[in-house]
Amino acid sequence: MLAEIGYGILVIAFVVALYSVGAAVYGERKQLPAVVESARRAMLLLWPLITLAAASLILLLVGNHFEVSFVYEVTSRNMPTYLKITAWWGGQAGSLVFWSWLMSAFASLVTLRKWDRDREFLPWVIVVTSITTAFFLGLVVFYENPFARYWQTPDGQVLTSMFAPLNAVAMLPPDGRGLNPLLRHPGMIIHPPMLYLGFVSFVIPYAFAIAALITGRTDDRWIRLTRRWTLWAWLFLSFGLVLGSRWAYDVLGWGGFWGWDPVEIAALMPWLTGTAFLHSVMIQEKRGLLKQWNVILIILTYALVIFGTFLTRSGVLSSVHAFAQSAIGPAFFAFIGATFITSIGLLIYRWPDLRGETELKSMLSREALFLLNNLLFMSVLVVCFWGVIFPLISELVTGQKVTVGPPFYNRATAPLFASLMLLMGIAPLSAWGKSTVQTLGRAIWKPAVAALVVTVLLDFFYTRLAIALLGFYLVALVILVTLYEYWRGAHARQKTRGENFFAAFGRLTARNPRRYGGYFVHISMMLMAVGIMGINMFQKETQGTLPVNGDLKLGEYTVKYESIAQFNAVDNRQVTRAVVGVYDNKGNYLGELHPRIDYYPDAQQNMTIPGERATMRDDLYVLLVDWQPATATGATFKIFVNPLVNWLWIGALIFALGILIAVLIPDRETERVVVTRAQPAQQSSAAD
Amino acid sequence: MGRKKFLVGGVVILAAVIYLIISSTQANAEYFLTIDELKSQGTAIVGKNLRVSGAVVGDTIQYDPQTLTLTFDVANVPGDNKEIDAQGGLAKVLHEAVVDPKRTRIQVVYSGPKPDLLKDEAQAIMTGHLGTDGVFHAEELLLKCPTKYQEAVPNQAG
Repeated sequence: MLAEIGYGILVIAFVVALYSVGAAVYGERKQLPAVVESARRAMLLLWPLITLAAASLILLLVGNHFEVSFVYEVTSRNMPTYLKITAWWGGQAGSLVFWSWLMSAFASLVTLRKWDRDREFLPWVIVVTSITTAFFLGLVVFYENPFARYWQTPDGQVLTSMFAPLNAVAMLPPDGRGLNPLLRHPGMIIHPPMLYLGFVSFVIPYAFAIAALITGRTDDRWIRLTRRWTLWAWLFLSFGLVLGSRWAYDVLGWGGFWGWDPVEIAALMPWLTGTAFLHSVMIQEKRGLLKQWNVILIILTYALVIFGTFLTRSGVLSSVHAFAQSAIGPAFFAFIGATFITSIGLLIYRWPDLRGETELKSMLSREALFLLNNLLFMSVLVVCFWGVIFPLISELVTGQKVTVGPPFYNRATAPLFASLMLLMGIAPLSAWGKSTVQTLGRAIWKPAVAALVVTVLLDFFYTRLAIALLGFYLVALVILVTLYEYWRGAHARQKTRGENFFAAFGRLTARNPRRYGGYFVHISMMLMAVGIMGINMFQKETQGTLPVNGDLKLGEYTVKYESIAQFNAVDNRQVTRAVVGVYDNKGNYLGELHPRIDYYPDAQQNMTIPGERATMRDDLYVLLVDWQPATATGATFKIFVNPLVNWLWIGALIFALGILIAVLIPDRETERVVVTRAQPAQQSSAAD
Repeated sequence: MGRKKFLVGGVVILAAVIYLIISSTQANAEYFLTIDELKSQGTAIVGKNLRVSGAVVGDTIQYDPQTLTLTFDVANVPGDNKEIDAQGGLAKVLHEAVVDPKRTRIQVVYSGPKPDLLKDEAQAIMTGHLGTDGVFHAEELLLKCPTKYQEAVPNQAG
């Protein structure tokens, strides 16, 4: 009964979404505000409808209704209730419902705002968001129905369909297959929703961009209206990526967090265009430049968001993420193709209206450096895209399938990321309009020298590796430039207004949250870079089989095998848990770790959970590889020392803080800066 | 004059990125081969970066925890997804490859922890190279078990 109700509501929601598209277009064309209003109400109805459908699905999941094939596939009796609820997005059909649920929620939020002088955008925003929602609802209604049930025909065949086939009887499997053990982890419970929140939020700026193109209101209004959406989208997407990395680090047991897996790349690609977009819209707001470019970026981001959803959910590529497989590929490609071509067509139609109001003059001006930043992000995107499609191309051209792995990505993107870091050090010092080598040099020399001192110290005390020192120099440069800029601003306030330093610091941030939130983000990126360099350049590993009380040495650590035990956990897992003692090289006891192997009988699968000891200097990461109860030879361990990796997670927290500053504090600096003559950075003139 | 400067800058960046992509591709390309193709190439591909996919033959899995040396045989499966679908899906193709003794097989050696997903009829996607001994030396091992998670229909309920 619940299944029929859920499916029925999905069908109704699909029809309502289509109606709201049709009514919005018709009402706008015929200038009938009442019809547009009806479209708006239809769209507002979507979220409650999809919520009801989702509630039916969750009731089925929690109630062990294994006659529903989705429930059978992602839950089992012994799973705890919270995992049964989150199994909602543990499989393809459910996650498509989840996607449309988020989309309808965000679309409603946007539609509920006061439209006043932006009313002309409204119908087209409804059209774009409703088409997107309708697409995902269509997928679940026609292809991937989460409410489809099992039926048995008289000749013993088992069929999956919504309604009973002729003569077939309902079938109730006694237990479900259970969620893939890899996904039964807190990181995996919040990682997909975060990623999806990011994906879906980017649809909103896209919808406004399309509305701007159709209505011809091509000034920067659409960008200002969606500034916060873009920032939220960026925050969620970034956090989704970080959480995915953390999950890989804690669960996959290979001592790393990023493997350039096609699905990781699929989530990274919209992040790259989104990041470029976030920067380049500022040039349009401040200088009226790059309007066409911004539209291209948001169109690309939208296409990559849909593409990313498809890749993560279709199992089209062989990867660790191949948890799902189905026939929705052609539908996705048709949808991406159709929206992309329509968007580009609109862009070409409005191309002349989107010309820049001024011209780029100075190569070192802030806007030119922002443009360079955009080009670098796009270059990383091209590298990623090339890596993903290269096997297809090589097969077409030479008949031989050739793939590229992580070494390709590392080698091709490292110089680009290094250039981005250098740019992060220079750009905040440049002025809008025009900068020269002299003005920039005067601003940068102090931090540059200080960064050099840091690097020399690191050379003496930490590493001799040239490439690492170059990386650390860039990190130090960016952090010092950023702090120096921050300090100069606060110091100037302190002098002119007589505020104490911390008050000056706070007010400065509040006065220009976007700029200083951005500074936090830049610093956080550098901390993350430290973590990434640490694990990529300095990771150490060893392995061995130990008798009880035997030990393994790695770096400054000694790991001693103390004992092992086997027991059953409440959720039916068979746990094999070792206790190892950790000592430093002077023999001091540092604590114990519990690497373990969890065996899931329902899935007949092992999971290797590392024991981790995290410090700011490094992570000791111990894996229990093998233990045979029958033979008393001991247990086998693999040990990694991952230097500096925790800076990555700390960086992620500061990143969130930076974005929250930029999102939550109202931005008072909205007027456009018009600079036509040479002028040193405003900050520096205030400080001198 | 101003435009020219930016144009030159743009071309320089473009050239640098193209160089980066081409050189990195050349240095790191991995040839994707099926086991049949691997065997037919003979010694011509010894030492090259290869990516090979095959079905794990469960009986042959041997693991020495002392040295962390893992050896097993893989049997030939088609490399093309469409072909796999045409033959009835991945699970069926893997099963048939393992039970058919006439299929081309190759021995694989891998050093490291035994992956959790390594079991009979799993699909192994391996990167590594072919040794002069005719054994595939895997550096990276990726496993997929379609039977567990992508089975369309449950076993007949009692």
